Amino acid sequence: MGLKQNLHSFKEKNKDKKWLPAFSAIHTFLFLPNETTHNGTHIKAADDLKRTMNTVIMAMVPCLIFGMFNAGYQHYLAFGEIQQATGGFLSAQFWTLDNFAVGFWKVIPLVIVSYVVGLAIEILFAIKNNHEVEEGYLVTGMLVPLIVPIDTPLWMLAVAVVFGVVIGKEVFGGTGMNILNPALTIRAFLFFAYPTWMSGDKVWVAGAVERDQMIAAGQNVDAISGETILGSLAQGKSVGYDVMDMFYGLIPGSVGETSTLLILLGALFLIFTKIGSWRIMLSSVVGALVMGLIFNGLVSADVISEGSKFYGLMSTEFWHHLLIGGFAFGTVFMATDPVTASQTNKGKWIYGFLIGFLSIMIRVFNPAYPEGVMLAILLMNVFAPTIDHYVVQGNVKKRMKRVKAKVA
Amino acid sequence: MSKDIKIKKGLDIKLVGEAEKATENAIISNFYSIRPEDFHTIIPKLVAKEGTRVKAGETLFYNKDNEAMKFVSPVSGEVTEVQRGPRRRIDAVKITADKEQTYLDHGKFDLNSDAEKTKAHLLATGCWSFIKQRPYDVVAKADSTPKAIFISGYASAPLAADLDYTLAGKEAELQAAVTALAKLTEGGVHVSVGKNSNSPLANLQNTITHKVSGPHPSGNVGTLINKVNPVNKGETVWTVNAQDLVIIGELLLTGKFNAERIIALAGSSVKKPRYFRTKLGSEIATMIYDNGVEREGNDRIISGNVLTGKQVQPDGYLDYYSNVITVIPEGDDYELFGWNKPVFNKISTSRAMTFSWLNPKKKYDLNTNTNGEHRAFVTTGTYEEVFPLDIYPMQILKACMYKDLDEMEALGMYEVAPEDFALTEFVCVSKQPHQKIIREGLDLMLKEIG
Repeated sequence: MGLKQNLHSFKEKNKDKKWLPAFSAIHTFLFLPNETTHNGTHIKAADDLKRTMNTVIMAMVPCLIFGMFNAGYQHYLAFGEIQQATGGFLSAQFWTLDNFAVGFWKVIPLVIVSYVVGLAIEILFAIKNNHEVEEGYLVTGMLVPLIVPIDTPLWMLAVAVVFGVVIGKEVFGGTGMNILNPALTIRAFLFFAYPTWMSGDKVWVAGAVERDQMIAAGQNVDAISGETILGSLAQGKSVGYDVMDMFYGLIPGSVGETSTLLILLGALFLIFTKIGSWRIMLSSVVGALVMGLIFNGLVSADVISEGSKFYGLMSTEFWHHLLIGGFAFGTVFMATDPVTASQTNKGKWIYGFLIGFLSIMIRVFNPAYPEGVMLAILLMNVFAPTIDHYVVQGNVKKRMKRVKAKVA
Repeated sequence: MSKDIKIKKGLDIKLVGEAEKATENAIISNFYSIRPEDFHTIIPKLVAKEGTRVKAGETLFYNKDNEAMKFVSPVSGEVTEVQRGPRRRIDAVKITADKEQTYLDHGKFDLNSDAEKTKAHLLATGCWSFIKQRPYDVVAKADSTPKAIFISGYASAPLAADLDYTLAGKEAELQAAVTALAKLTEGGVHVSVGKNSNSPLANLQNTITHKVSGPHPSGNVGTLINKVNPVNKGETVWTVNAQDLVIIGELLLTGKFNAERIIALAGSSVKKPRYFRTKLGSEIATMIYDNGVEREGNDRIISGNVLTGKQVQPDGYLDYYSNVITVIPEGDDYELFGWNKPVFNKISTSRAMTFSWLNPKKKYDLNTNTNGEHRAFVTTGTYEEVFPLDIYPMQILKACMYKDLDEMEALGMYEVAPEDFALTEFVCVSKQPHQKIIREGLDLMLKEIG
């Protein structure tokens, strides 16, 4: 085969070149390398890091495509050009080419910026540190466009990606060494660096910000509100969506986070392929339900009056929390990041539970920005090594006890 | 206190090319080679210089740290070459064998002798080399007293020689060997046998038999130790390979060091996989070509099994401790989109478009391709699925990599040998060299703590 031979001789010829990792990164996407085992096991299992990462991306693709349709749908809905879809998940009003076209042209640039900027930094660091390009960013790069609001300006995204990859990951030594989930670091950076842009009710619908600027310029048009459900609840407003809309994802929100149905499918796929940790996902859901029940209990015990600013979110039925906001997406795709999560099986239970528990707590008590899951995961990322430390100490103590039993 | 051991965590790697249960006499090798590297950390002091004539069982070299510990020639003949490496390190002592074999007579040993005498006899006759110790997985120190001795009579590794078959009829030798070993410890000689096997090891006197079942590494001696009586700080256990008991036993009974061993020739590159009667240190070439591998073939020859063995060249020699030669195809070729296409012909513990879970009984023809490049540790929980010891595998590997002696000790480094990490290395998504990391960790501890 010509191509195979040509690439091989090219690689051999340029073996000692500094930029070889950049070539190898592309080469190994085409061909599984010809590397053989030396000492140690002479055979190896079929999985490598690329396959693992690719599996996660496959699980996210349905969310991405749905996100494109939803972006268009929310756009036309807010502009009053179409009626609310009534046919559930398969509504004809939702799956239209018009919707897709709007979404496609909004979402694809986000994907491209995320990958180009992120991978460029990865390759630079790989060349500088003289190692192969690690695959960690393949997943991060796909996560990023899915967890940002649709109207995020591309330059902001680019700045955030640079920050997230360099400060969130490379300073710790790159893939496998980072403490914080890089995708969430990027999102957190966006929200704390550009709060006026990122919070509020405008960025969630494509075109709403532009419309606002037109009004400010004195044009006579209606303002558009594309408030998320969490935003409405935090302000004590009623929600205009029924539960099935929330489950299917026909609601405003970050690009890929709205469809709980598709996220659930992704979760099942990740659990089945054994790539995602079912322990973290399950315990996180349990944690969220427990916190939701506690708040519901407080409301029914009349501890919180209807006038309280926390009333809206506290009185939300506990299991609705799983369907709204980024909880489902965060739990399935980001809490399970193996590098930043707890690494011991016991630790994963504790880590997941606390993520769910804290997500809902932050949601309720932080009405300025009622999205808890991002902060909860970042917080638990920081605590994961501590959790693991105590789990491993349990094993160490058992060993020390054995010695003591002998001496006694 | 015999105890049945049933493990769930592990992985049976089923490969094509299992040896058929028929034994042939290997072509008698003209050359034999004993390589000090097989005895990790032992520095040899040469006795038989080039040109010396030796009988089978006569000393070739001894341990520099303990002159009593001899390493002997497997055959009679002439020492024709002492290969040396950098800094005059001895790489191999090569013996050209006589046509007629003569044996040094060590004398029939009285099995009722006390521990001191038994120890001295084993050291002097070269049989000590078969006794290894943990911690550190090295030839046992002669001045150590083990809290127990462990022998695995169940081979669960891929394409391993079936010990029930290779040891059949050797009951007398096995009994003599374990009787002698039992003198050397208070904690007894623990022997594991397969649950449904009729192992000649099952009915020995002076032993404690454990029936084991479950996937590989159920037959690893490390698993047996961990489940029966794990090594604590300051303690030592000894291990002996079952097939080497035969050599020890025969020496005790007859006074002859008979290095004969039945080994399996296995692997998908072998035309007719079967068993051979040969001697340790024998040339590999005497076994692999007749109904075996193609002379021009692109194959990997391994002295040992595919998980823990050493790569050898066709003109290489049988490893001192191996009872299997495995030959599998080299995998030095590219595979278009090999990283993302569905995979049916390789083994995987995940289901990430890998389909070995569909048919757990299927036998695979694996080659030596790494199926991906070396990366940092990323995934978690995959090692635990195939690692039955009560130890955190990833944490201990990382402790070895950053050389934290206290942490290595606390996490259980005294209990492990590199082979215990063969399966975690096999499944490792990041293609990290686990066994090498553990070996280097053990060497560091041996140097710093001793």
